[in-house]
Amino acid sequence: MNPLLFGLFAFLMLAFGVSVVVNRNPVASALSLVVSFLCLAALYVGLDAYLIASVQVVVYAGAVMVLFLFIIMLLDLKAEERRKFNKLAVGGGALVSLAFAAQVIGVLGKFPKGNQPFPTLKLPPDETLNDIQKVGESMFSQHTLPLQIVGVLILVATIGVIVISKRELK
Amino acid sequence: MDFITSIPWALIAWSVAKAVFVIFLVVLPMVSYTVYAERRVSAAIQDRVGPNRTGFPTTLLGFKKDMQIILGGLGQPIADAVKFILKEDFTPGGVKKFYFWLAPCLAMLPLVSLAFVPFGSSLFGEKMVIADINVSVLGVFAVTGVGVYAIVLAGWASNSKYPFLGGIRSTSQMIAYELSMGMSIIPVLMAQGTMQMSHIVQNQADNGWTLLPLWGHGLSLQSWLLLIPFGISFIIFAISVFAETNRLPFDMPESESELVSGYHTEYSSMKFALFFLGEYTAMIVGSSLIVVFFLGGWHMPGIPDGDGNGGLAILRELPHWILGLVNITCFFGKVAALLVCFIWVRWTLPRFRFDQVMKLGWLYLFEIALANIILTAAIIAFTSK
Amino acid sequence: MAYVVPRPELTLKEKAYLPSIISGLKITFGHFKKMLQGKTKVTMQYPEEKWDAELPEYYRGAPTLVKDDHDRERCVACQLCEFICPPRAITITPEEIPAGERFEKVEKRPAEFKIDMIRCIYCGMCEEVCPEQAIYLRKDYAITGITRGEMVHDKKKLYELGGVFKGLVHKWNPEK
Repeated sequence: MNPLLFGLFAFLMLAFGVSVVVNRNPVASALSLVVSFLCLAALYVGLDAYLIASVQVVVYAGAVMVLFLFIIMLLDLKAEERRKFNKLAVGGGALVSLAFAAQVIGVLGKFPKGNQPFPTLKLPPDETLNDIQKVGESMFSQHTLPLQIVGVLILVATIGVIVISKRELK
Repeated sequence: MDFITSIPWALIAWSVAKAVFVIFLVVLPMVSYTVYAERRVSAAIQDRVGPNRTGFPTTLLGFKKDMQIILGGLGQPIADAVKFILKEDFTPGGVKKFYFWLAPCLAMLPLVSLAFVPFGSSLFGEKMVIADINVSVLGVFAVTGVGVYAIVLAGWASNSKYPFLGGIRSTSQMIAYELSMGMSIIPVLMAQGTMQMSHIVQNQADNGWTLLPLWGHGLSLQSWLLLIPFGISFIIFAISVFAETNRLPFDMPESESELVSGYHTEYSSMKFALFFLGEYTAMIVGSSLIVVFFLGGWHMPGIPDGDGNGGLAILRELPHWILGLVNITCFFGKVAALLVCFIWVRWTLPRFRFDQVMKLGWLYLFEIALANIILTAAIIAFTSK
Repeated sequence: MAYVVPRPELTLKEKAYLPSIISGLKITFGHFKKMLQGKTKVTMQYPEEKWDAELPEYYRGAPTLVKDDHDRERCVACQLCEFICPPRAITITPEEIPAGERFEKVEKRPAEFKIDMIRCIYCGMCEEVCPEQAIYLRKDYAITGITRGEMVHDKKKLYELGGVFKGLVHKWNPEK
């Protein structure tokens, strides 16, 4: 992937990720999250992973965030009010997170494999990447049971939602 | 500066050139003349004449009379565009300005999904599709999924109740019908074994259209049995396209009799025109998808593709670029025929009630599409040997 | 008293909805086809096709002033039409006929007679009220102009449109 494009999309993704947290208007936050997802999808495209990029856009940007936005608008959430910060707590939090970051960097720096550059992935010359076929094959041959379990889990969640919402109606 | 030289500038320039060609020379004229066709066809259906006399204003250039083409009214889209640009662009007080401006920009998003659609075989050895990726079907669905933001934002940013109701309605409608749309297409993908649209079209050119398996391997028992699920798929997909593009009988987001004009009530001038154009672009995308999945894309029986393969032997003698152009014309001809069907349906059916729309989407189409997938799987499994 | 609207019992064919859609599409296609074949003829293409020949005798077009067979103006500037005119479109500036002229005995004539055609509602009250039968509604209906000034018909224009009304005054004569 081109470093220029990678840098651009990675920066945009992080910037909009920050704006999700910083924005006090819930709709602006949700939309920032959408843009962040789209940039992530762009990164996937840069890696020639079209399937995961499309799924990212379809599922997260296209479905999940639309529902988020829907709920935000339906409940008519107002912009959050600015709170007074407890300076001691903020300082303590910053201290802890800095210490944690220093520790992670320290450990990773000493870890020998962490210093090696990632080997470039090359396809055999006569093969074209068909990620959708690869994903499908592994999903339905090696990982069939987890797939089924996830399916049942989602079904249970769906039924649970219906049961709960029906009960509230009475 | 290694990474600047490593950018494939030539490829980017070529893709941009193709995109500009498709958007400005094919799609936008097609959109504006679809609007014109809508007005003329609706007029004919209602025993009226419709816009039939806007010529080209040659009087502005000093001629004595305006030029009126015999067919008449063909200057109407141009006049409409000029009107939209020159109208006052009014931003009501109390709207959320940034989102109010953002929404019409997003409304043109359906144009992006045309990048994945193969609109011809090949011309001068160049494949007539802008982004020929292996999951182009998913790509189109991804773009359509994001397209709903335009309407939601327009409804919310307008800060007025009717647009808001329109936006809310369109969200729930689009989520409901996206599901049945995606599900209904799976039988076709299962039978074709690929998610790349250009391959789907090529398969249909070799082995018969999805709804017309008359040649190649298409003459087997399997493909005749598969016509049942394909027919069901076609009907569900077509209905979902109507719902996704907010066309009647599913134009809930802008139902005039209930919501003034729904999500674009507060918009005027070119901002309104963008919503309008976006709706018609979505129509074109929808019909292109139907053509690609069910009606053989650019293929016409007997006509070879742009590399001189297949088709009748006499026609193969023709210069290949002519064949390529004929293929492109076939594709857009099919799309245009479908667009007329869209218009025809619009001026025939009354609007559904909102709860009926939801019921149809969630309770019927979605379930039928799911059952259809199982039926297809069974047919493929039992007849492949 | 509550009135319960009975829901109709739908047959399976009606519930499936598609058959009724198809029959609806057939109807609209029939209209479309007829239009294309030119069998439907409901609208007149106005500037090219006109209905002038079929205009009825009693058609109320633009009000005009008429002269009699001897080229005398009939209007005596009594201003009744000015008073009766519902939208007050008529403005008359009367003048005395100077002594020594041939029709001195008529005493009054309009120095200027203006009808604002933007205001005129073509009601024909001026024609009905006129004791001298000087003002008539003729069959001109395409009164256009680029400026407001052009749309105000003055005396000259009114006589030009009205022309000469020959013969006796037939206004209240049922035989005409």
